[in-house]
Amino acid sequence: MTQLIDKSVKQKPAAIDYAAMPDEYGHFGIYGGVFASETLMQALDELRDAYEKIKTDKVFQKQFDLDLAHYVGRPSPLYFAERLTQQVGGAQIFLKREDLNHTGAHKINNTIGQGLLAKLMGKKRIIAETGAGQHGVASATVAARFGMECIVYMGAEDIIRQAPNVYRMKLLGAKVVAVESGSKTLKDALNEAMRDWVTNVDDTFYIIGTVAGPHPYPAMVRDFQSIIGREAKQQMQEQCACLPDALVACIGGGSNAIGLFHPFLDDDSVTMYGVEGGGLGLDSGKHAAPLCAGSPGVLHGNRTYLMEDENGQIIETHSISAGLDYPGVGPEHAWLKDIGRVNYVVATDDEALKAFHTLTRIEGIIPALESSHAVAYGMQLAATMKPEQRIIINLSGRGDKDINTIAKIEGIQL
Amino acid sequence: MSRITARFAELKTQQTKSGTRTALIPYVMTGDPSPEITLPLMHAMVEAGADIIELGAPFSDPMADGPVIQAAAERSLQHNTSLYDVFSVVAEFRQTDDKTPIVMMGYLNPIEVMGYSSFAQQAAACGIDGVITVDMPPVEAAEYVSALKSQGLDPIFLLAPTSTTERIKKLADVASGFVYYVSLKGVTGAATLDVSSVKEKVEEIRQFIDLPIGVGFGISDAQSAANVAVCADAVVVGSVIVKKMTLNNGKTTQERSIIIKEISGILSSMRKALDGL
Repeated sequence: MTQLIDKSVKQKPAAIDYAAMPDEYGHFGIYGGVFASETLMQALDELRDAYEKIKTDKVFQKQFDLDLAHYVGRPSPLYFAERLTQQVGGAQIFLKREDLNHTGAHKINNTIGQGLLAKLMGKKRIIAETGAGQHGVASATVAARFGMECIVYMGAEDIIRQAPNVYRMKLLGAKVVAVESGSKTLKDALNEAMRDWVTNVDDTFYIIGTVAGPHPYPAMVRDFQSIIGREAKQQMQEQCACLPDALVACIGGGSNAIGLFHPFLDDDSVTMYGVEGGGLGLDSGKHAAPLCAGSPGVLHGNRTYLMEDENGQIIETHSISAGLDYPGVGPEHAWLKDIGRVNYVVATDDEALKAFHTLTRIEGIIPALESSHAVAYGMQLAATMKPEQRIIINLSGRGDKDINTIAKIEGIQL
Repeated sequence: MSRITARFAELKTQQTKSGTRTALIPYVMTGDPSPEITLPLMHAMVEAGADIIELGAPFSDPMADGPVIQAAAERSLQHNTSLYDVFSVVAEFRQTDDKTPIVMMGYLNPIEVMGYSSFAQQAAACGIDGVITVDMPPVEAAEYVSALKSQGLDPIFLLAPTSTTERIKKLADVASGFVYYVSLKGVTGAATLDVSSVKEKVEEIRQFIDLPIGVGFGISDAQSAANVAVCADAVVVGSVIVKKMTLNNGKTTQERSIIIKEISGILSSMRKALDGL
């Protein structure tokens, strides 16, 4: 690995054609790729070919847009958080309201896209992995709508943390399989889903929920989620006739962040911040911040930054938020970090919790614990900026699913 | 000539009733269930009829393996088994056995973190002969393959029932030693095996690749080993052996000898079935 990375050479971001990434084999610089076992290669090739076709297919894209409009409820509002802005006393804070989507998070944008693709490919069975349960719910929702069987793999620990979402998936007709191996969280659910896919590759479509995994997943999920940034750009133009000065989004695997960031990458004046789960703080070692405190390696089919030990074993992560509790990150983020286009930072469990309460009380919006990390950093950032500047915080999901977790932390019996 | 190539050449000269001898390749995970068992187990397996040993290097996230091998990796990692431990057990093994080829099987990330050339140097120096990296496909493997080959190590790759002609051909350009055909769709330790479809695919692979073909995944007893041997140059046996590691935790000499005896029994019966063909 060392021979592949020369940190002294930082390319100038302005010279880069972001739209041309990744290459044919899914590489973003040295990151990404297809590091999968031969048993999966045929399925991945088939998926890549199908995806290449629909990317420019007008009929598919029209159906996707219609579903986003009438089923998901897009466009999601870009909301000027006036009281929050006043309280923080700095830049104007705008919230991109992905929490108002059907099923309560940005995840549905991607599952609609992959669900339509599964249908087109004639697959009858959908599998998915989930951490916070939002992607599981979004997959179960799409499966119900298309009349497909749905199996969701979820870490046993996350099943406890996110009980309301587990019940929602079951109501939607999905089978939720508890994964007892490893750390019993998102990464283990992903391992188990891959195993299912290898075994049932003929009739099964694996809907990965984030911009990780082997090619074409990171590119495909990004493309389906980029609606977030395209809308935000247009809405900012309509409301303020300008570009935002900064974008802030939380990062687990990184799908809501890349969705917001990608349409702005060419706009040099827009600075971007991806907020990782800082857990108990980077010094404690108990966090979920591979970009801020990890190193490059290969996991789940792609090369990216990982939380790993000196022998290359993946280490357990910690975050208050199940959706950020993942030891890897999408390869495009790894690349954007190395070239310096996006800044990657952390918010701790405590900071996220505080931001959760602030947004709830000041704006009457209960954010997901994942999104609370973005709110926490966004508030800190806004305070350092001028009143005529504007930032967009991606409010990737709503917090209803987290109220049990919050109540438990605060010693309240529901 | 590598030890692997030499071993297959040697087997080709040994006649059985219906052809030549088929290689028996058992798989065990280094450090499972205890660090002390691996070396005596390797020697015992050779004595029981193993022609090549596949030695697992544990990884925390073994996506292509079933529950049996995953549990083995977890047991091994409880002892913090690293690539260095794999190297040192092979080096010890080589002090008394300089002929039996050893193939290391694992996942890419530990090798990636060590660095390809550093890994290849140390692996070759300790006496490893070939390397199977489950999540390293030929399309990503140029640098990895050249690092291995420069040290005389055989890069061994997997093929699957779903492998297309195009990918079989691509593999022919980079592989050496032998080719590992994964005989069914699924993860290691899965149950059923359709011998006729294995045979068909193996014949297709032979049209493009002039290397011995080992067949693994789903071989659970002497009978299934013999069935597969009809079309394969080697049979790889993993989960059925690894299951025996749960008999005890391998801490005492007595506990280890119980496990070793059980595994030797399985291999002896397979050896007999293979040689009786």
